[in-house]
Amino acid sequence: MPGVTLESVTKRFPGGAVAVDDLSLEIADGEFMILVGSSGCGKTTALRMIAGLERPTAGAIQIGDRVVNEVSARDRDIAMVFQNYALYPHMTVARNLAYPLRQRRVPRSEVARRVGEVAEMLGLEQLMRRRPGQLSGGQRQRVAMGRALVREPEVFLLDEPLSNLDAKLRVQMRAALKRLHGRLGVTTVYVTHDQVEAMTLGDRIAVMSDGRLQQLGAPQDVYDRPDNVFVAGFIGSPPMNLLRGRVRSGQATAGDLVVPASGVPDQDVYVGVRPESLRPAVNGMPSLAFEVAVVEPLGDEVIVHGTVGAELFEVAPEESEAALLSGNGERAEAVACLAPRDRPQEGSVIRLGVEPGEVHLFDAATGLAIR
Amino acid sequence: MSVQPAIAAPERFPPLPDAEPSRRRSRLPFSPWHLFLAPLAAIMLVPFIWMVIVSLETRQQATSFPPQLIPSSLHFSNYSAAWNAVPFGRFFINSLLYSLATVAGNLLFCSLAGYAFARIRFFGRDVLFVVLLATLMVPFQVILIPTFLIVKQIGLVDSIGGLIMPNLCSAFGIFMLRQFFRTLPIELEEAARIDGTSRLGILFKIVLPLSLPALATLGIIQFMWSWNDFLWPLIIIDSQAHDTLQLGLSQFQGSHFTQWNLLMAATVMSQIPMLLVFLFAQRWFIRSVAFTGIK
Repeated sequence: MPGVTLESVTKRFPGGAVAVDDLSLEIADGEFMILVGSSGCGKTTALRMIAGLERPTAGAIQIGDRVVNEVSARDRDIAMVFQNYALYPHMTVARNLAYPLRQRRVPRSEVARRVGEVAEMLGLEQLMRRRPGQLSGGQRQRVAMGRALVREPEVFLLDEPLSNLDAKLRVQMRAALKRLHGRLGVTTVYVTHDQVEAMTLGDRIAVMSDGRLQQLGAPQDVYDRPDNVFVAGFIGSPPMNLLRGRVRSGQATAGDLVVPASGVPDQDVYVGVRPESLRPAVNGMPSLAFEVAVVEPLGDEVIVHGTVGAELFEVAPEESEAALLSGNGERAEAVACLAPRDRPQEGSVIRLGVEPGEVHLFDAATGLAIR
Repeated sequence: MSVQPAIAAPERFPPLPDAEPSRRRSRLPFSPWHLFLAPLAAIMLVPFIWMVIVSLETRQQATSFPPQLIPSSLHFSNYSAAWNAVPFGRFFINSLLYSLATVAGNLLFCSLAGYAFARIRFFGRDVLFVVLLATLMVPFQVILIPTFLIVKQIGLVDSIGGLIMPNLCSAFGIFMLRQFFRTLPIELEEAARIDGTSRLGILFKIVLPLSLPALATLGIIQFMWSWNDFLWPLIIIDSQAHDTLQLGLSQFQGSHFTQWNLLMAATVMSQIPMLLVFLFAQRWFIRSVAFTGIK
């Protein structure tokens, strides 16, 4: 079973918009690859190019060892699940499932066998006579998956398949998808804007922004070692706190937080601290004063919103990172995740500390991680 | 200090209007709009009712002035007289052939062209579409003679074929179906593409089954137009054997006098298929909208 390779793929739309910019990606055979990023980052366009619904302006797309740029969608042996399922409304569930096979002139007995198998796998046996209009969202999603599965393709392409489901169903379907992939082992490319889905489902995740690949790696690696401020702010919920600071004589300072940064030359930096890395300060630990504004108890943890002291710089950050970075005023907004027993009072000022190893430094000019 | 309510005490405000008056207003069994619409509908029905009445009168009663609205006797024989005075059955068949053929032609060709304009990207598509729309503004009288000459060259003058040929496809139909096809979610066609369907297959298996309301509308409009068409059949048809109903009806009008009672009887008979088409298509129309079930 082949993998998928994108080599310097670019998509420029008439009118000038560059949706995908020089994207190179190698998806291994049987891998579950997730393309994640916010709306408009080019992930869906990249998926559609793999599917054959869009043609790349430049670059090559390979499925297995076949370059498929000129191959039409129907001949690529891929199956796609669309965001709003795209079920044929005038056909029953049974006909929807059988449709791809009937189109390829698969013999009736084989069609019946495969449709039956998929229906059983996804729990659709009771729904075969119904039309999509008579199904719930979760049922429709399963039929859409079934229609893709029945093809037994070389590559599965999924375009935000869980985004139209309610929260509880989404959690269930996530687990079901993971089980399914474990069982079938088909190369899968999955597009989502939800970083929780990305972290839980993917073998590897590709974080994208503005059409460019920001970082590629296993979820835990991307979480532990983000390559730039965008990835740092995107992966992890609540997002990483990014404070403006500077490095002087081997020490990184952001407000009253002082972290050792040996070997790092003097420069302006962003200091990144994940909310879950902040905990009640203990002697010897780098710490900062945190003025509590809002406390959100979640049961197993407490999310604390507040402000910290931070220095002011003139250089304005890029548009896409402005939302992530703090420090526009005298005090920067920050978030901390604490254990319920450490729950603070709203309006109080607490001292929160962080392990030096859990602090991330980014070059303020380029946004790249300093290692 | 006593606790003050957050909202000011009710006595400071004028009493709220009762629920009663609105209920009183809606105690009429119909909406007030009906007082306006019912007389309007009655006025619209007058010509039809008058037509039926005249069709049952004698010639003298029909042409009397002031008009007799309630005939003294009903002459159903007018209907058989009208049927026999001219080859009515022949006219009926010719009209039916003309209408059904143009409906079938329009449904087929306008679907093909409409889909091409809606979904297929080809060089000059948008310019061509604007030109197509522009032709809608050309009155038939302008192209009447050129059309006649073309049909004559092909050798189809005075035949049903000649009648049908120029009307097998209409710019209006193409426009209407193109607009409708564009409202369908394109993901359905993309999914069908991935599932291995050819372009033509997508049109016939996915798009058209979901376009039944639009097709029904086009069918009704075309049928009506062809059934009532007078000018083109008048020009192209010479012999009585090939006359359509509308041409046949005109034969009841002589240069000196008109047999109004027979004419009305013939007209009533010629309008019955239209009524049937409307009734049938309306039910199918409603059912077809529910059938597509696109959400």
